[in-house]
Amino acid sequence: MLGIEGLSPETISGLLDLSESYIDQNRSIDKRRDLLSGRTVINLFFENSTRTRTSFEVAAKRLGADVINMDVATSSVKKGETLLDTAMTLNAMRPDAIVVRHSESGAVNLLSQKVNCTVINAGDGQHEHPTQALLDALTIRRRRGSLQGLLVAICGDIMHSRVARSNIHLLQIMGARVRVVGPPTLMPTDIDRMGVEVHYNMRTGLKDVDIVMMLRLQTERMQGSFVPSVSEYFRFYGLDHEKLKIAKPDVLVMHPGPMNRGVEIDSEVADDLDRSVIHEQVEMGVAVRMACLEALIGGRRNAIGAAA
Amino acid sequence: MTSGNILRGTPPHAGSTAYINAHIIDPTADRVYAGAVLISDGKIADFGPNLFASGAPYGIQSVDCRGLHLAPGLVDTRAHTGEPGEEHKETLESAGIAAAVGGITSMVLLPDNEPPFDDASLIEFVARRARQIKLTNMYAYGALTVGLEGKELAEMGLLAEAGAVAFTDADHAVGNAQVLRRALYYAKAFDALIVHLPQEPTLSGGTMTSGEMATRLGLSGSPPLAEVMLVERDIRLVEMTGGRLHLSKISTAESVKVIAAAKARGLRVTCDTAPPYFALNDIAVGDYRTFGKLVPPLRSEKDRQAIVEGLKEGTIDCIVSDHRPQDQDSKRVPFAQAEPGGIGLETLLPVSLELVHNGEITLPQLFQRLASTPARLFNLPGGRLAKGAPADLVLFDSDYAWKIDRSDIWSKTKNSPFDERPVQGLVMATIVGGRTIYCHDNFAPAAAAA
Repeated sequence: MLGIEGLSPETISGLLDLSESYIDQNRSIDKRRDLLSGRTVINLFFENSTRTRTSFEVAAKRLGADVINMDVATSSVKKGETLLDTAMTLNAMRPDAIVVRHSESGAVNLLSQKVNCTVINAGDGQHEHPTQALLDALTIRRRRGSLQGLLVAICGDIMHSRVARSNIHLLQIMGARVRVVGPPTLMPTDIDRMGVEVHYNMRTGLKDVDIVMMLRLQTERMQGSFVPSVSEYFRFYGLDHEKLKIAKPDVLVMHPGPMNRGVEIDSEVADDLDRSVIHEQVEMGVAVRMACLEALIGGRRNAIGAAA
Repeated sequence: MTSGNILRGTPPHAGSTAYINAHIIDPTADRVYAGAVLISDGKIADFGPNLFASGAPYGIQSVDCRGLHLAPGLVDTRAHTGEPGEEHKETLESAGIAAAVGGITSMVLLPDNEPPFDDASLIEFVARRARQIKLTNMYAYGALTVGLEGKELAEMGLLAEAGAVAFTDADHAVGNAQVLRRALYYAKAFDALIVHLPQEPTLSGGTMTSGEMATRLGLSGSPPLAEVMLVERDIRLVEMTGGRLHLSKISTAESVKVIAAAKARGLRVTCDTAPPYFALNDIAVGDYRTFGKLVPPLRSEKDRQAIVEGLKEGTIDCIVSDHRPQDQDSKRVPFAQAEPGGIGLETLLPVSLELVHNGEITLPQLFQRLASTPARLFNLPGGRLAKGAPADLVLFDSDYAWKIDRSDIWSKTKNSPFDERPVQGLVMATIVGGRTIYCHDNFAPAAAAA
């Protein structure tokens, strides 16, 4: 699973249905099943991550798989080994799945060409983060019943966000309308060709939306000045109750995390239990990743169609 | 397909050789006709439609060209090899072989090696190696600035004396206008040609051209604007200094427009492009294909069409191979980390012939862009049909259909952006100074029988 782009609505619905089945299991005392007993999953994270890596680890363990976390910081990568050599070395150990995160767009595609096990993209540069989009969809679907016809605003640092790209694909495949809202300097060229409405102002961008997805300002990916200051960014693009009034009264607020409170989101909004589903997203993340692992290496591949 | 022989040991035939029954392409006369060429002592002694019309005279060695096209050999003014510094990617010898197979009889080598050619001894080194290798004629650029850093002028006078045919900082644009201004002024003393890659450095840091494709792939973009901004600046500097400037690797529609206007005003500005910019667009980097990562980046389809138009109208004077070998370690990495550049010596003619097959330009016009005009601009002896000119010729089958395949490539590295492309046109023999340096298997029997 390398990205959302190109998946069919049936595949996505199938994965979401399968995810649903794990939510209750995850809430019960006995969380473990042995569907993936004897399978090996390697978490290969070239970029720091707490929630995604932990989420994949929890998901795989709850299905009974053996999980190995590769800490790239202390591995041969630091000794100058190339990405493909690392991939082929791990491949020789015959894992069933490798979960990869990398700071460069396309790195996971490249790696997948050199191994003969399942590769799951856990985020590649500014390209895609498919399981994040799936967990967002699951969260929305449980709250709203369906994605069809919803108006979703994705706000903030669109340029540097793989979450935005995966969500743009998924939401549109499932029949939602998507707006992207942010300062022009953080808007990628020709983003409108991906079928989205572009807004540079939160006041027009949030009008009548059903869902607001906030994105983190990814200062670590920025070379030079994209916005003059954090306080100016918060003033114009930070989500607070005032701006949220423009949206529909029952609007849901989402954030892929980690949040920068006081930068892109006000604490009052983030902690508003009536609106914010941010923690629910994290919970859904485990269920979605269990579903992906089961569909891809659980021997029930055909049940979900061509998800791989 | 490209199976043939490199011929190095054979001394030039002492007497005369007649190439009869050929379709001769004369770019300067703008004609194609059936005829013959007579070579004596490494030079063109005679040529024309009526020469040997009733058969070659007895006592002269003659080669039956079987109706194939015979033209001045290609003059490629932009090629990089790894020697010195990165011999594992390409040596002068392996580049010479690839050039011979590609029908290139003269090549000008870029100065961005390790060490860079900012010292006269390196220009002499290239000349000495070329004499040893005995294939294609090799010339070298001198660096425009010390260390190609764009700060201080290199010793242009001394480099010119050592044989540097022009000056450039290769794929590094000179961002500092004052430096380029002084270079253009200073070069006037030697009437030296300055070759510049116009890409505004502060805007061209992206890994591919800006646009929908870059946004979808999540790759950083270099806008087409980065090119035309420097084209416009450079033209103003030419106007101010009266220097001679050649802009290299033009890739955008806007640049073509601006250069056409500058030429109409009588400024001494010329330019070139490379096959990727008229034969490919940014779709070629889809799926993160690093062989398509080039400098400047592959542009949109609209830009590609404008480059074809520029070649047709003559705004773009020359076509260069922009040969830049990269090994697997440099290309089999994530796109943003991959080294830019593609090889081009062996594919220069067949890919450029697409312009002829598509009816965009005529064969003589193509050989103006590939041979006679670059030779004239760089003041090189080859590239034309004239009595007394060096017998640097290419014999090719313009209709031969084949598929570019990395396993058939003669270059040391295989990073062709045209890998797996079906093309039409293949070199059958390459002649430098009257000596056949390459002969394709299909043509070998005829040459041997002669």
